[in-house]
Amino acid sequence: MNLLIAVIPILPLAGFAITAVIGRRLGKQAHLIPVGLIVLTWVISMIVAFSSLTGGGPFEVTLYDWIPAGAFNVEAGFYVDNLTAALLIVVTTIGMLVHVYSIGYMGHDPGYWRFFAYLNLFMFSMLLLVLANSWLVVFVAWELVGLCSYLLIGFWYTRRSAALAAKKAFIVNRVGDVGFALGIMAIFANTLSLGEPTLNIRESIEMLTNAATAGEPLVIPIQIVALLVFAGAMGKSAQFPLHVWLPDAMEGPTPVSALIHAATMVNAGVYLVARANNLFAAAPSAMVVVAAIGIFTAILAASIAMTQTDIKRVLAYSTLSQLGYMFAALGVGAFTAAIFHLMTHGFFKGLLFLDSGSVIHAVHDEQDMRRMGGLSRKIPITYATMLIGAVAISGIPPLAGFFSKDEILGEAFKLGFPWVWAIGIVVAVMTAFYMFRLIGLTFWGESRVDPAVEPRIHESPPVMTWPLILLAIPSVALGLVLGLPLGNGILQSWLAPVFEEGVHALETARNIQPEAYSILGVDGALIVASVAAAAIGLVVAWRFFGVEIGARLRRAPDPEAVRSVSARAPFLYRASLNKWWFDDLYDLLFIRIGGWIAAAAWWFDREVVDGTVNAIGAVTRQTGRGLSHVQTGRVQNYALGIAIGLIVMAGSYLVIVGR
Amino acid sequence: MSNSLDAYLILSALLFAIGTFGFLARRNAISMLMSIELMLNGVNLAIVAFGAFIPNLAQDGSVIALMVMAVAAAEATVGLSIVIAIYRNRKTPLVDEYDAMRR
Repeated sequence: MNLLIAVIPILPLAGFAITAVIGRRLGKQAHLIPVGLIVLTWVISMIVAFSSLTGGGPFEVTLYDWIPAGAFNVEAGFYVDNLTAALLIVVTTIGMLVHVYSIGYMGHDPGYWRFFAYLNLFMFSMLLLVLANSWLVVFVAWELVGLCSYLLIGFWYTRRSAALAAKKAFIVNRVGDVGFALGIMAIFANTLSLGEPTLNIRESIEMLTNAATAGEPLVIPIQIVALLVFAGAMGKSAQFPLHVWLPDAMEGPTPVSALIHAATMVNAGVYLVARANNLFAAAPSAMVVVAAIGIFTAILAASIAMTQTDIKRVLAYSTLSQLGYMFAALGVGAFTAAIFHLMTHGFFKGLLFLDSGSVIHAVHDEQDMRRMGGLSRKIPITYATMLIGAVAISGIPPLAGFFSKDEILGEAFKLGFPWVWAIGIVVAVMTAFYMFRLIGLTFWGESRVDPAVEPRIHESPPVMTWPLILLAIPSVALGLVLGLPLGNGILQSWLAPVFEEGVHALETARNIQPEAYSILGVDGALIVASVAAAAIGLVVAWRFFGVEIGARLRRAPDPEAVRSVSARAPFLYRASLNKWWFDDLYDLLFIRIGGWIAAAAWWFDREVVDGTVNAIGAVTRQTGRGLSHVQTGRVQNYALGIAIGLIVMAGSYLVIVGR
Repeated sequence: MSNSLDAYLILSALLFAIGTFGFLARRNAISMLMSIELMLNGVNLAIVAFGAFIPNLAQDGSVIALMVMAVAAAEATVGLSIVIAIYRNRKTPLVDEYDAMRR
């Protein structure tokens, strides 16, 4: 088993190395090695995940001593428990399907081999991130996924917007990473002061939480540590105020958006907080911050998604919003619900992105939904799978999204955060609305496609549609498999060993006892509320943007109504359309004002600091040059000096003695 | 006056002054060495005169004068050999043309 675990990240790394070296010569066969290795990785990951989930784990693998420094030692090693296993399933399954899909989607691209090399490097980094057992290795993987994200967003680097978006993603992520790095240093400082310096994730968290519960003073308070780690999670998972990079990241190829910016990398922050659940549970005030930022991001992003016209941007803001849900769940202490939503969201959002790629492919690189419409008959497989994804994310039972979202909202209510629940319900309405707006604009109603492209609209090749179908299956069934029976599903029992301590610590700290799950009591009412919310959003979207399901559910879109409603709330409409002016605000704060400050600092450095140094040099040089005239090189001059000196000395002697 | 200490000292001061002037004014290295000899001899004359006129210094004066002569001979040897070496190199005895360090 140890060997199998070690092989998981090594296979994609090998795929990257091989493809990077000989990929160019393979031409259109460049996908064979990377895709083959990823399939192999998937098989091995399934074996590892299965044996962990069936009670074989947790497994701990130590590869080698990375930084041995006396009593302090950083090991490069892997740790697989049920949380890692859950992530392994999501990452490798979606990763594999995206690889297969890319064979079709990137088929005509001159950078074919480069794309697969990057994808494999990303898979390596992500698996390393999930598997690592030391903070330092996690940080390395954290930066590596950031690098891959940068490389893949800027894959079409000749396009200026793509290059800028890649840079933006990288820089915004750095802001969060500073926090994460400081958090790791804080953990190290604390363990050092407690006597046993370590960067092993579980050991260090255990030391910190034990010290915190015992009331021992820490060098750096545990709340600060938790918030610093959360800052890293905010950057990677694009939470407010670091959310601005994710929508722009849609400049990358669509498979990348599906894999990195929807299903895996952006979940790294959620994974990190879940992994450090004990740490956060020991700092309940930090948890409230997590919940507040999460739910605020959820409603902010959902409000923006309602008016965007770029199909991928709608999905990007939807991803932000769903990630906000996950952080809200983590913040209220519903760790299992967060991981549940992470898994289901990974599948249905990956599906939605791949579908949007298929749509974009069909209408020849058009992303504006105002120039789509009526595609349901022309690309039926894409339509059917995207409809499944939309229903799943809207939270309509019995699809996957319903179970996980309902669990988040229900837990938030029951754990004493009614405000999180209330905002969450509003977000659920908005989610259903913008998803069916997307479906309505894209697939239903009259065609608004460019007449030149219209006759050439075609369904994608099987290599692209099969991944869609395979992703649609978990989007339908994953909730039923993992979430039933309600309140005590399989996932609950899988993750109980990981979260038990944290949940217990939280209950003690907050002094609450969760009520038993009762389908006929409060839980049933909450389910009805969330389903009603989804239904309201759905019906409103149908009212405005039409519906064509079967023969009975049929309604033409009503653009007039859309116009009159947006005219009635002009401020809200413009705010949503302009993304609440965050890009403009950051442009003002960091590009303009920051630029001024930088220019002033540069001026100060150039004129004052450099000026002082240069002046000292110049004065010395000028003095030396002036004095060098004394050195004539003539012996007589020197002798004259000696003689005059002698006379002066003798004369002064005579004067002094003679007096 | 002819047989007094002052006369010898005035003569020795004159010799020293002539030597100093020669050392400062001449450009030829050989002449400068000769001027140095003149200065040394002026000093030597003063020492010998002190030895002859002041009883306490009678013995010391002669010994110091002999010592100065030996040192002067050694100095002249070393000085001349340096001048010859430079002359071979630069083809001139004039010291103001020895300007390699200024360039």
